[in-house]
Amino acid sequence: MTFKRVAAASVAALMVGSPVMADLVFPSLSYRTGPFAAGGIPYADGFADYMTLLNERDGGIGGVAVQVPECETAYNTEKGVECYESTKGMGALAYNPLSTGITYQLIPKATADDIPLYTPGYGRTSAANGNVFSHVFNFPANYWNGASAAINHVLDLNNGDLKGKKIVLLHFNGAYGKEPIPTLTKLGEKHGYDLTTIPIDYPGQEQKAQWLQIRREKPDYVLFWGWGVMNQVAIQEAANIRYPMDQFIGVWWSGAEHDVKPAGEKATGYKAMTFHGVGSDYPVFGDLQKYVVDAGKAAGDGSNVGTVIYNRGVYAAMMLAEAAKKAQEIHGVADITSAQMRDGLEQLEITNARMAELGMEGFGPEFKVSCANHGGPGAIAIQQWDGAAGKWSLISDFGASDMDVIQPLIDADSAAYAAENNIEPQCN
Amino acid sequence: MPEQLLFAMEVTLNGLMAGVLYALVALGFVLIFKASGIFNFAQGMLVVFAAMTLVGVQTGQIPFAHLINTIFGTKIHHFGWTVPTILAIIVAGAAMVFVAWVIEKYILQHLIGQPDIILFMATIGMWYFMHGFAPLMWGSEVMKLDVGLAQGINETIDTTTYGWFGYGFFIDNLDIVAAIVAALLVTALVLFSQYTKQGRALRAVADDHSAALSVGISLRFIWVLVWSIAGFVALVAGIMWGSKSGVQISLAEVALKALPVLMLGGFTSIPGAIIGGLIIGVGEQLFEFAIGPLVGGATQAWFAYVLALVFLIFRPQGLFGEKIIERV
Repeated sequence: MTFKRVAAASVAALMVGSPVMADLVFPSLSYRTGPFAAGGIPYADGFADYMTLLNERDGGIGGVAVQVPECETAYNTEKGVECYESTKGMGALAYNPLSTGITYQLIPKATADDIPLYTPGYGRTSAANGNVFSHVFNFPANYWNGASAAINHVLDLNNGDLKGKKIVLLHFNGAYGKEPIPTLTKLGEKHGYDLTTIPIDYPGQEQKAQWLQIRREKPDYVLFWGWGVMNQVAIQEAANIRYPMDQFIGVWWSGAEHDVKPAGEKATGYKAMTFHGVGSDYPVFGDLQKYVVDAGKAAGDGSNVGTVIYNRGVYAAMMLAEAAKKAQEIHGVADITSAQMRDGLEQLEITNARMAELGMEGFGPEFKVSCANHGGPGAIAIQQWDGAAGKWSLISDFGASDMDVIQPLIDADSAAYAAENNIEPQCN
Repeated sequence: MPEQLLFAMEVTLNGLMAGVLYALVALGFVLIFKASGIFNFAQGMLVVFAAMTLVGVQTGQIPFAHLINTIFGTKIHHFGWTVPTILAIIVAGAAMVFVAWVIEKYILQHLIGQPDIILFMATIGMWYFMHGFAPLMWGSEVMKLDVGLAQGINETIDTTTYGWFGYGFFIDNLDIVAAIVAALLVTALVLFSQYTKQGRALRAVADDHSAALSVGISLRFIWVLVWSIAGFVALVAGIMWGSKSGVQISLAEVALKALPVLMLGGFTSIPGAIIGGLIIGVGEQLFEFAIGPLVGGATQAWFAYVLALVFLIFRPQGLFGEKIIERV
């Protein structure tokens, strides 16, 4: 009797807790707890809210409802892998692991399981080479595009001449923070600037030595690859030594509202790269407010709508939804599989006209994914913080990065991975 | 004067200032260890909880708003008022006394007479509990802490040193405030333990629990008292560190900076925490300045522990710690 009750309760729980098999399932490996929760919460909210919007406004994608089961990783690689293993049986179509560490662990697993990974603006940079990384997509931009975009911006400010300029890369002392070094080194050889790299160990609450060095060396520009509390401390220390904020440029993971607000108005002028629009002045946010937030169906309390990281979650969800739609078109079925989803990602085309239809005109660049190019255009804009107004503004268009320098680096790194793992090129 | 020597002097001064901030965190550990023999693993979380409570009260945030909204479908976040800084500090201090009372009543009281390792394990449990409880109460956002403390380069020192050496030294105003506050705090703690009845009782408990009990000292009162003081010290540390980075859960990791200070200064000495902090602060900054560039930089995180380890080998009880001799 007891066994029967337990069995019945288990079946009931599974029916309630698991999505219906026909739903389109996009698990969200989120981190709402732990030291990086301030960034993880708005991203997870944006991702979930956009999918909810599709369900509420459009009846899902191609008439099929979308499910976003969340699994908490706390930004921990082991927990992330556990989340992948525990959710893939739900019929997961794609994963957006939201962590470079988790991504590295999942690349071989997901490839073997025929489930695509979507890692916009993070993860393994050379996964842009679809010829080697058949199941990984990191469009529209990666860290090497970011490094190039920062240098392009600095070139624009200096009439295209950086000879003799001093540029410092202040970075997290780990794989993520070291990613831009090869690109910046190559670009330094090309443009004639002196590059100094200054690492910061995790968690980065104490950066006195680094900023005293910057004060002594007086670099013309400081580029910054940080995450978590490291961001807030770096921006505060820059203000403390009165480093010109408009010469301090962070990567997109160092450019959220919560990174600059602790420094108050002293952070005004700080710049960051971005691969998507800022603010909520796009029609899609009106729909999010109407169909999701006001309807009481938002993942959070709605206060993050239009913030940098929330927007990034929305953008990632939009890309996956568009790829799912493309997969439905290609295969002529509404209930797609993860293998079909991979095809949708690989043939995705984002046009300005489509962005306008989605209520996101100008929110991101137009581009086309291909078998060989999973990295997209690498088009990046620069945003700048206005402390008095308390908001970011785009100060440039989405500009192309220097693929003459980046492509050989992608080819070399992916070729090494292919050799290590006996991977045959997938594109003819 | 050679440029490198000037830079080294600036780094040394900044190391001293950083050391004061480490010492502020270490003080909380010392107070509890001295009075109860417990290595309080949760001290870093006390810093976070104290600072979050201060900002939450100051900005009129409703505690557990997210939980309330989820359960009742409401959309409440703030009371609609702000509280003056001094009053908010008093309320946060009172909250830390309440936390001390809860810890004593619901945890420590049940573990009297247990081995030290059990008490240590209990503080690990407290750390994890508070790691979840603090964000549940105040949210996971990065909270801006503004209690009116000056931050940024001290103009007087910059101008004066420029006049002397042709190079202006950077000293952060916040670090100067932290040094003054730490000095006042240590003086107050020493006076309290030397010249008040409760302070003497605290020292008696620190020397011998059983003997203190036998002369009528209430162990429960002393534990609440010492955890309250440690909570207040955590609040001060939280204000200083939180002013730099905003208040967030990762503030708990400042405890990592206190460990080498304790190893060096000793777990039972208040002056030891200060001296240990200064040695660690100067040592790690000078090492980063002189050797860091040769070994790829970012040496602060590990050098402090190496320095403490060297001291530990030659003086296991730390510079000012008491040598424990147990006779069979």
